Amino acid sequence: MRTAELYPRLLAGMVLVGAPLALHQPPWLSLGWLLIVLLPWWRLSRGRTLPGPWLRVPLAIAGLLAVLATYGGVHGRDPGVALLTTMIALKLLELRSLRDLYVTVFLGYFLVMANLLYSQEPPMAAYLLLSVLVLTATLVAANRGPARVALRDELRLGGKLLLQGLPIMLILFFLFPRIEGPLWHMPEERDQAVTGIGEEMSPGDISRLVQDDSVAFRVTFDGAVPPPAERYWRGPVMWFTNGRRWRAGTLPGTRGGFRGLGDPIHYDVTLEPNRQRWLFALDLPVDIPDGARLTDDFQVQVDNPVNERRRYRAASVTEYLAPGLSPAQRRSGLQLPGVVSPRVRELALDWRAKAADDRAVVDLALAHFREQPFVYTLEPPRLPGDPIDGFLFETRRGFCEHFATSFTVLMRLAGIPTRVVTGYQGGQMNPFGGYLIVRQSDAHAWTEVWLPGRGWTRVDPTAAVAPERVERSIDAGAGLGSDGAVQFRGLGGSFGVSLGEQLQLLIDNVYAQWDLWVLGYGAARQLEVLSQLGLGIESWRDITLALAIAIGLLLPLIGWSILRSPGRTRDPAARLYRRFCDRLARRGLPRADHEPPCRFAERVAAARPDLAGAVGHITALYVGLRYAPATRAGDLAALRRAVRAFRA
Amino acid sequence: MRLRDRLARALGLERFLVGEGPQPGPVELHRRRVYILPSRTGLGFALLLALLLLGATNYGNSLGFMLTFLLFGMAWAAMHHTYRNLVRLRVQAGTAAPVFAGSPARFLVELDDATGTARHALRLRLPDGDPVTVDVAGRDRAILSRPTTRRGWVALGRFTIDTVYPLGLFRAWAHVDLGQRCLVFPRPAPPGGPPPPGTARSDRAGAAGRDGDDFSGFRAYQPGDPPRHVYWKGVARAYGLLTKQFGGDVREELWLDWDQVPESEIEARLSRLCRWALETEAAGLAFGLRLPGATVEPGHGEAHLERCLTELALFRAGETGR
Repeated sequence: MRTAELYPRLLAGMVLVGAPLALHQPPWLSLGWLLIVLLPWWRLSRGRTLPGPWLRVPLAIAGLLAVLATYGGVHGRDPGVALLTTMIALKLLELRSLRDLYVTVFLGYFLVMANLLYSQEPPMAAYLLLSVLVLTATLVAANRGPARVALRDELRLGGKLLLQGLPIMLILFFLFPRIEGPLWHMPEERDQAVTGIGEEMSPGDISRLVQDDSVAFRVTFDGAVPPPAERYWRGPVMWFTNGRRWRAGTLPGTRGGFRGLGDPIHYDVTLEPNRQRWLFALDLPVDIPDGARLTDDFQVQVDNPVNERRRYRAASVTEYLAPGLSPAQRRSGLQLPGVVSPRVRELALDWRAKAADDRAVVDLALAHFREQPFVYTLEPPRLPGDPIDGFLFETRRGFCEHFATSFTVLMRLAGIPTRVVTGYQGGQMNPFGGYLIVRQSDAHAWTEVWLPGRGWTRVDPTAAVAPERVERSIDAGAGLGSDGAVQFRGLGGSFGVSLGEQLQLLIDNVYAQWDLWVLGYGAARQLEVLSQLGLGIESWRDITLALAIAIGLLLPLIGWSILRSPGRTRDPAARLYRRFCDRLARRGLPRADHEPPCRFAERVAAARPDLAGAVGHITALYVGLRYAPATRAGDLAALRRAVRAFRA
Repeated sequence: MRLRDRLARALGLERFLVGEGPQPGPVELHRRRVYILPSRTGLGFALLLALLLLGATNYGNSLGFMLTFLLFGMAWAAMHHTYRNLVRLRVQAGTAAPVFAGSPARFLVELDDATGTARHALRLRLPDGDPVTVDVAGRDRAILSRPTTRRGWVALGRFTIDTVYPLGLFRAWAHVDLGQRCLVFPRPAPPGGPPPPGTARSDRAGAAGRDGDDFSGFRAYQPGDPPRHVYWKGVARAYGLLTKQFGGDVREELWLDWDQVPESEIEARLSRLCRWALETEAAGLAFGLRLPGATVEPGHGEAHLERCLTELALFRAGETGR
């Protein structure tokens, strides 16, 4: 039976496609899948038939129940894919006719799609492309004629078909009008815990985050890249505290009197999904993307959590006057924890008494951090009691959130409205892609104090203790120094960067471009890219028209190029003769399709008497090989030699 | 005429559904003769693409779009491969050896790739027959069989060459009628019936007339026979050395005569004559055939037998199967 012969190939293809799903599925399903695939392979390789419905029907019911028991339903991605794989496994038990084979291969293509719901990274894309090739070659094998064809040739033809479809894919990918948003509601996947800056912060949160080397977002600047010390990426602003936890929130406030000093910096951010309602922007944002909201304390908020990679454009100023202070903001900016230890209060009041104005109080506090033996460390000791008191007077070892929160409490005690700002600081330039990578390890907390006449002013107490922090990124992978102090990365750029790190940057660039041109190419990005082409494409109607024109030109072109190129012939003599004809055609002596070889040889000999001998020899060999009833064994080799030696 | 054909004629779709009329000689399947449409599998594939597109849109999955479009592009390329697999194929009628009624008539169809393009998995199919699958590299042949029930001419008629290679998503086809026909001899009556009259007589009279003028048959060569009486053509046909015999007035003539057949019904008579001719030929005797309106002079050999069988096949018959 033909299908029995094809079966091992089909099974191999299906295992190839199904294998990555094992990472996302319960073990019973993967194991059962493997068993079900092995069973028919084992039986058919011994020339036996497949089990009948007595096995399939109970297995189908068991599979459905198992999916229901595992996921509690069939709605959503995970149970849907589990159900699909279960049913495909059972389909493999039913392979009898050629039609079953087609159905299975089509289901295999569907499994490729299921894989893409879990991962769309370049290595997975390459793997799945290979799977598509294997499935397509199986279709070729199913349709071939009686002659035996090598697997390599089937793969070659499959690859050729995919290659010929590639230009069509590219045109459709870039020009097919995309629709925003899901067509129907899908239950949210809750399985991925995403780390990042959140709306609450306790001591230790950010130092934990810094161990994480994953990318938070990438930024491309229109003009010059601001220096590291100005790269404060603003996220949630924390006003409220109970002494240990800090919480973000918006207050009725005012931005009145805000004035940017210097030209705004324009940039594009590609934000990785973080399940939060903040977009990060350089301090302070003046222009924000559509659909986002700028609060009075300069947070950029969105209504829905960022569950997918998001690309947006914003503009910021790094020097500014922000004098707006509403009564509510003043009240919250001075809010104190329920318990403040006497020596903390004393310290703040002491500065207040010594200083002439608020600015001087800030300077005294920074000097205190600088001159006292504070250590900036990723592994601060635990602070079981009053964390402010413990940090300032006992351990004196802390990370940015310790410095920022204790500074804030001290300033509030001294009567200066202060707030904690969380986000990221710094980032690493990728010289290959010309963009800035901001990682979770760049997470940071700093403060803003309200000074009369100047308004809200950024103060970073961490910088007083560890000035390197604002110049370089933390290298979480390098571990800690001998005294527990933080290790830093080299300065940005390729200068002084190790080979391994360069490679990492190169790979990051590949991923970034992949994100930009492939994964992030949705409705908004499509319109953005196409409108920049200068073809007057402004709406999805224009896109549809452009698609119609482009595809209307491309499809016939591809078809024409396939039809005019002769197919690969199996006959080696014909192949050699064709090569010979191609050489003559390049010399202006093309052979017409209908021209018999002998007549062609006569014509060539008349036109080029110098070639007559060689042409006659080759033609005689070829005609003998093609049309004589019996050929001598050496003729093909002789033809090959003659064609190789032929120089027109 | 079948309903489909009648409908085709009414709608002017004859060429699409039925093809052109009989065309003797080589036929090249030029572009206007080759049709292509999605196969049933291809329609299933279109459904798959629609579902993939829906899924990609719903999940905003960029690579899902890529997959969908890549498969579309692949199908588009495959469609042209399918078309190229058939177009400009040269089809020519081959021989069709005569058969006895009841055994299938086997028609050779010569296929020539004409463009130096290897053709894969071409299927030739009669309207009511099973397909025959062939690969064509250079020049190849396919054999189409058609069952026979009656003596006379049987025409191959219109057959279809189609292909779904390489992916099975599209089917390209062309209707061809090469006007090929095959001669069908009457079905020989079952062996064991009455022997042909006159076979009991031996050829003892032959020796007397050895030097006469009229050819009377062959016998095995004996040393001393004059060389001009040796049947040299028979040597070439690997019959061995035979000597032609010539009889005089007492020529031994074995006539298979219509009137001597015991059966009365026409077809039964022809079957009986057919059986007799075969047996007589097998016995190595010369014989003649006498039918109402047709006579074959006595003779011997394959060609003679075929001539007799042809007379039997076409006795009072127009062409059948057409």
